Amino acid sequence: MPHSYPALSAEQKKELSDIALRIVAPGKGILAADESVGSMAKRLSQIGVENTEENRRLYRQVLFSADDRVKKCIGGVIFFHETLYQKDDNGVPFVRTIQDKGIVVGIKVDKGVVPLAGTDGETTTQGLDGLSERCAQYKKDGADFAKWRCVLKISERTPSALAILENANVLARYASICQQNGIVPIVEPEILPDGDHDLKRCQYVTEKVLAAVYKALNDHHVYLEGTLLKPNMVTPGHACPIKYSPDEIAMATVTALRRTVPPAVPGVTFLSGGQSEEEASLNLNAINRCPLPRPWALTFSYGRALQASALNAWRGQQDNAGAATEEFIKRAEVNGLAAQGKYEGSGEDGGAAAQSLYVANHAY
Amino acid sequence: MAYQFPALTPEQKKELSETAQRIVANGKGILAADESVGTMGNRLQRIKVENTEENRRQFREILFTVDNSINQSIGGVILFHETLYQKDSQGKLFRDILKEKGIVLGIKLDQGGAPLAGTNKETTIQGLDGLSERCAQYKKDGVDFGKWRAVLRIDKQCPSHLAIQENANALARYASICQQNGLVPIVEPEVIPDGDHDMEHCQYVTEKVLAAVYKALNDHHVYLEGTLLKPNMVTAGHACTKKYTPEQVAMATVTTLYRTVPAAVPGICFLSGGMSEEDATLNLNAINLCPLPKPWKLSFSYGRALQASALAAWGGKAANKKATQEAFMKRALANYQAAKGQYVHTGSSGAASTQSLFTACYTY
Repeated sequence: MPHSYPALSAEQKKELSDIALRIVAPGKGILAADESVGSMAKRLSQIGVENTEENRRLYRQVLFSADDRVKKCIGGVIFFHETLYQKDDNGVPFVRTIQDKGIVVGIKVDKGVVPLAGTDGETTTQGLDGLSERCAQYKKDGADFAKWRCVLKISERTPSALAILENANVLARYASICQQNGIVPIVEPEILPDGDHDLKRCQYVTEKVLAAVYKALNDHHVYLEGTLLKPNMVTPGHACPIKYSPDEIAMATVTALRRTVPPAVPGVTFLSGGQSEEEASLNLNAINRCPLPRPWALTFSYGRALQASALNAWRGQQDNAGAATEEFIKRAEVNGLAAQGKYEGSGEDGGAAAQSLYVANHAY
Repeated sequence: MAYQFPALTPEQKKELSETAQRIVANGKGILAADESVGTMGNRLQRIKVENTEENRRQFREILFTVDNSINQSIGGVILFHETLYQKDSQGKLFRDILKEKGIVLGIKLDQGGAPLAGTNKETTIQGLDGLSERCAQYKKDGVDFGKWRAVLRIDKQCPSHLAIQENANALARYASICQQNGLVPIVEPEVIPDGDHDMEHCQYVTEKVLAAVYKALNDHHVYLEGTLLKPNMVTAGHACTKKYTPEQVAMATVTTLYRTVPAAVPGICFLSGGMSEEDATLNLNAINLCPLPKPWKLSFSYGRALQASALAAWGGKAANKKATQEAFMKRALANYQAAKGQYVHTGSSGAASTQSLFTACYTY
């Protein structure tokens, strides 16, 4: 405990910190396009498209062929393993297309949740075996950041002390290994919105979870300036009868973060967790207008909340590709504004944009 | 872990948070005048004055009866138990004199160190027994904040995991009890400067200690917005041959803090720990000029570094009252400027102000 054996050299630290800052540069956030094969099945079945490798490739092509307008609002894209090695119709690797836009390439590295015996349906996340070798390879193949999702849920007796401790520990091991390989770890301790708990309860649990995460990161000698956090916003459970405004959500969220996330962390990139596209943008905007002082960037790492309209516009038809890409660019630009507190609201109640994207007990 | 049982009402939180902010508002800091009887003995011996209750009263009277303008640089004074109930020569209670100046009263609450068996001479701190009742009484007697000093040292195998955990836990218990009784807890986990370790080693240890402290505070449901932190600056050990500039001390110190202290903490008031008056001011100034993010106020809670010149000027003689008060006011003003990053070294510091105030293994 009293001796320091530096985990990283000064050069390694600088590289990690520079990457993190590039991703969350003012007005920029992350496109989470790392849906696993199983998750893509759910998305594609909703629009009546078969879940084949080709369809997944065609769909990601829709997103990645967005023009230069996304350069100012997308700082990073998270890939799934399969996608990292796919190419567009002209044979250009997706990785290159993204990098050429000045966007940082990221990779999902966890291998899904597994049960914690003796708990009330709680889980930890696997993927540590051989992680260092995988990271080294991904770094060679163009990835500069990674993402690992842990899942906690709120109920009568959860999250338990074990679930909090175990998930925090596994996140810290993952983060440490990433940094050893020049990869910025995005740390994602998601507390699911399933349940009927109110906003206060979610805030309380989020504070406990984040405190445990940052203690674990410190114990594991993780260099905070070279990490990003991907938390849930503090919201009521989906079945909670009380409705809260974006300002209330913003206040609860920023309060929780101020109490737990050290200022050394360069950015917080919220997950959308089933919020509709519009909700996710309005909440992010309110967060950036919250009067409490906040020393980190507060931006987005959205999957569903950036892609729902695009997916719906595409419906698997090549002819719709252009229109679908436009839908994506639109949401990206809106969230770029929200990340600066400059979004004025859509005014129109877009069909897909307002529709709740909640999927019970989401695991992807 | 899953349920919240609120420790404080919104009204209690508001009171604590407002008090904490008042103490460190606008460049103000704290006069640590809470030297125990034994420690005052050390001080008085240096100026060849007998350690009687009357002498202690006289010296404190001179400090507390300075011109009201002291309230621009001093937001709070920490008192020792005896002093809280002493009066000036006209029979007016010290606490009334200070309160009329708009200064917040604090009280030292710990009851000294106790050894941790099985360690390399490490200690924890006593004082939890009956603490709630003591706090309630002090609150009635006009006190609004408390202070508790935990001590860690750098040496072979030190600080050990046990020492860090145990001191962090005791600090958190103390903080929790204070808040229940309307007192803002100043949390002081001092890593003492004894030793020949370099500044980098002190930084590493201080980061570990502060991470443990904030995890413990979170575990004990302490309301961070209603606390203050009193840490050591990050410096080399006293016997270290390498010298560091104030800018280096500042960078190491702020780096440590921004990796461990949540933004919700309103103020950080450094201890002077044996630094000369001038060094304590120069370092504080450099800290406030450090370009890293600093979401908390960075101020002072100085004992020796505010009083050394005053003590030397007094020499135990009532006739020296004016000179004593001038010496004290001068340091108070200098540190107020340093807390705003506006201190300009005039070069006219007297012998007492540059003299190192280091006493080996300081306990007071």
